[in-house]
Amino acid sequence: MEQNNELIVCQGLTKRYGGKTALDDLDLTLGRGRFIGLLGPNGSGKTTVIKLINGLLQPTSGSITVDGEKPGVHTHSIVSYLPDRPYLNDWMRVCDLLDFFADFYADFDRVKANDMLESLSISPLARLKTLSKGTKEKVQLILVMSRRAQLYVLDEPIAGVDPAARDYILSTILSNYSEQASVVMSTHLIADIERVLDEVIFLKEGRLMLHESVDTIREEHGKSVDMLFREVFVC
Amino acid sequence: MQWQLRGDRPIYQQLVEQLTERIVSGGLRAGDKVPPVRELAAEAGVNPNTMQRALADMEREGLLYTNRTSGRYVTEDSMLIEKVREQIADERIAAFLAGMRQLGFSAQEVAALLVKHKGEEEENGTEQ
Repeated sequence: MEQNNELIVCQGLTKRYGGKTALDDLDLTLGRGRFIGLLGPNGSGKTTVIKLINGLLQPTSGSITVDGEKPGVHTHSIVSYLPDRPYLNDWMRVCDLLDFFADFYADFDRVKANDMLESLSISPLARLKTLSKGTKEKVQLILVMSRRAQLYVLDEPIAGVDPAARDYILSTILSNYSEQASVVMSTHLIADIERVLDEVIFLKEGRLMLHESVDTIREEHGKSVDMLFREVFVC
Repeated sequence: MQWQLRGDRPIYQQLVEQLTERIVSGGLRAGDKVPPVRELAAEAGVNPNTMQRALADMEREGLLYTNRTSGRYVTEDSMLIEKVREQIADERIAAFLAGMRQLGFSAQEVAALLVKHKGEEEENGTEQ
């Protein structure tokens, strides 16, 4: 199958919740093989973009395509999505969750998942509800990153995880995504992740403020993305 | 090797500098094979695309070259490596002198201080 180079294309993408405009006329094209940070203050539209990518929301106007198609059956099979809140049944054991994912997704790699569980010393027999908040997050992230997807969409994946595991998780994400795949990650922990990012998107009140490569930002502004963010969004 | 990445400059530039230093200091010798991009990127905790860009930059400068079948190597041109080494020394000395000037030392005073410091180092046996 021929692949187009543009993985995500948004044109005039707009989402209103009643009278409130969450996303306003967003034009955005994201390529393959990129690690992209989706950044912005609370309420700037990050999760709305992510839900539109995954077809959990319908645009009010404008359009979005993933791998050339509207979010649907095809895109679900190539997009691996980590929501911003727990969504798995917490009575399940970790090993049950592996079965569950293997049933749902043809591209799920159980060996990889087991390797990662072992590296983070998480027992496959543990029930999800007996695990700490951070460990639950690790399990979810392991499940999501064990798919051989073309696009990983991670909504706040590392917020509850300790710094050492954060480093491990980032390096796992880096070593796991293939040259044809992209990662879109929303986070507030910019300083922790900016060295692994290719490009960043700044959203402000539902509008695109900036879409630029990290090194270009450093070159042009002489400051890190974290510092630029603090300056642009100063309260 | 420890990678030190600062926030205020492009990451690929810092990677170039630190890899170059590795070469001129003999950590990687003329003709040595360079580890794969992904491995270096993982070691530095950076994106493989960024590491790739740094290595491509060094190829353009001639410090590295790619053999299509067997990977990437350090140049065998030891004259070039020596030249780069002297360039880096010049830059560091210029920065040091500028700092000393800021503190109000003349060139002669700096020279005298260096001689004195070297004497002390030898006495204490701190020099290798």
